[in-house]
Amino acid sequence: MGMTMTEKILAEHAGLKEVVPGQLIKVKVDMVLGNDITAPVAVREFDKIGVDRVFDVNRIAIVPDHFTPNKDIKSAEQVKMIKEFARKKGIVNYFEIGQMGVEHALLPEKGLVAPGDVVIGADSHTCTYGALGAFSTGVGSTDMAAGMATGEAWFKVPEAMRFVLKGSPGRWVSGKDVILHIIGMIGVDGALYRSMEFTGEGVRSLSMDSRFAMANMAVEAGAKNGIFDVDDRTVEYVKERSARPYKVYKADGDAEYAATYEIDLSAVKPTVAFPHLPENTRTIDGVGDVKIDQVVIGSCTNGRIEDMRTAAEILKGRKVHPEVRCIIIPATPAVWKQAMKEGLFDIFVDAGAAVSTPTCGPCLGGHMGILAKGERAVATTNRNFVGRMGDPESEVYLASPAVAAASAVAGRIASPDDLTE
Amino acid sequence: MEVKGKAIKYGNNIDTDVIIPARYLNTSDPAELAKHCMEDIDSGFVKKVRKGDIIVAGKNFGCGSSREHAPIAIKASGVSCIIAETFARIFYRNAINIGLPIIECPEAATGISEGDSLSIDFDRGTITDLTTGREYQSQPLPEFIQQIVAADGLINYVKQAIGNGR
Repeated sequence: MGMTMTEKILAEHAGLKEVVPGQLIKVKVDMVLGNDITAPVAVREFDKIGVDRVFDVNRIAIVPDHFTPNKDIKSAEQVKMIKEFARKKGIVNYFEIGQMGVEHALLPEKGLVAPGDVVIGADSHTCTYGALGAFSTGVGSTDMAAGMATGEAWFKVPEAMRFVLKGSPGRWVSGKDVILHIIGMIGVDGALYRSMEFTGEGVRSLSMDSRFAMANMAVEAGAKNGIFDVDDRTVEYVKERSARPYKVYKADGDAEYAATYEIDLSAVKPTVAFPHLPENTRTIDGVGDVKIDQVVIGSCTNGRIEDMRTAAEILKGRKVHPEVRCIIIPATPAVWKQAMKEGLFDIFVDAGAAVSTPTCGPCLGGHMGILAKGERAVATTNRNFVGRMGDPESEVYLASPAVAAASAVAGRIASPDDLTE
Repeated sequence: MEVKGKAIKYGNNIDTDVIIPARYLNTSDPAELAKHCMEDIDSGFVKKVRKGDIIVAGKNFGCGSSREHAPIAIKASGVSCIIAETFARIFYRNAINIGLPIIECPEAATGISEGDSLSIDFDRGTITDLTTGREYQSQPLPEFIQQIVAADGLINYVKQAIGNGR
């Protein structure tokens, strides 16, 4: 029987010729990741195992990105603890403030993940690296601890769902809209325990930043991982960032899928997920009149350079609505510098937006833009659960950078096409 | 192993943000986390939960963030087991890895009512609703996962594996 991309990667890392869905396997991992919320728990568990060394000082990344720059004393203590652990164990990839970026934007950019890798991360959005044709998935802190000690992880081989992409997206439509459209279609548990494989000629029309945004939100459909076919764009992206050898896996022609969906990218409209689930999607023409108090453009979903450029294109020569706070957070120092070089910060500041240093901050209701009771935000982030960005009675509407920037100007959820020149 | 307790019921898609909101994640102390368990969806949970109680929920329990603080908070609240129609996969792993028993059983998840007295026999995989007298049979855990549970979590399992020279 043929194998899917995910099955092939898992089989090779398990030292097996073949794997089948449902099979429990132990695999070698190429990278183990943690952040300032999950790594402290992992460090404590690691110490219980009773080994001195981590399995490979080059294959662990610790990124203090959630409550950083430290938002309070308790957060500072957590960061201090993981920093000391990294130093003591000789972990190479610890990122101090100034080099720190939002983990899932940072690791690909630094060339730390490559096609064909198996990556586990104590952060649910670790599935982002599937954009590069890697198997990557979120785990908990205990899995991270065991991974740091052994370089291994256990998995149940997932069934796969295939999304065959056709055509190319229209104006103001990006990967974010495509993945919100898909989640709206299959639901927040539509891909539970499964792999989402993105393939078809339409992949070529999606930028790497769009693919990262899509793979990133596979977990919002319950998936174990999301993974893209590797093409010239992927190879170019990886070559510019990493000298490491890597392997490209292709699904066999007779691989089996639990379901196959055809997505016509040209038919996807700008899409918004209403509170309080990412599956509550509406296309922009059906959002109605929703007044907002805040806009956040950033996060591991949409804090990359293309997202900054899109926001700037819309904010150029316009003003943020006087009753709206617009917070823009480039995800990494490299994105920050590039945006600055291109003059995007002039556009943002002239429009009345605030530009922040890289952090996950508001996405999870940590800091840098918390909502009061009854307030509403349009955010380019990935979750709109109850209380996600602040008060349990606040609301988050998930959207693309284009819709978020247009909404900041309009003071209500809006499409860039709604704005007057 | 057997546990007994009253059922506390929740619906579908209970996410880890409502199980333990991120504003409390600047600590990982189980007792501290337990003080805020389920706060954003059921502010009365902390007061009503008794040692041994069993959470009974719908589909996709524990979706969202990978924070292990979520099963840690539930376990530290005294909950002895979670029964759900389905679990989100990271939560499922985390619960197994920290030694919090969980059972996927759609029939029990829909048949049991809030406040019912339950008894669970893990060896046989049976859930008995003592209030209604109904019994539910769940699928046994795969052998490999049973080994992790038997070792009282993944860390002990790894410790034993390393000790045995692997």
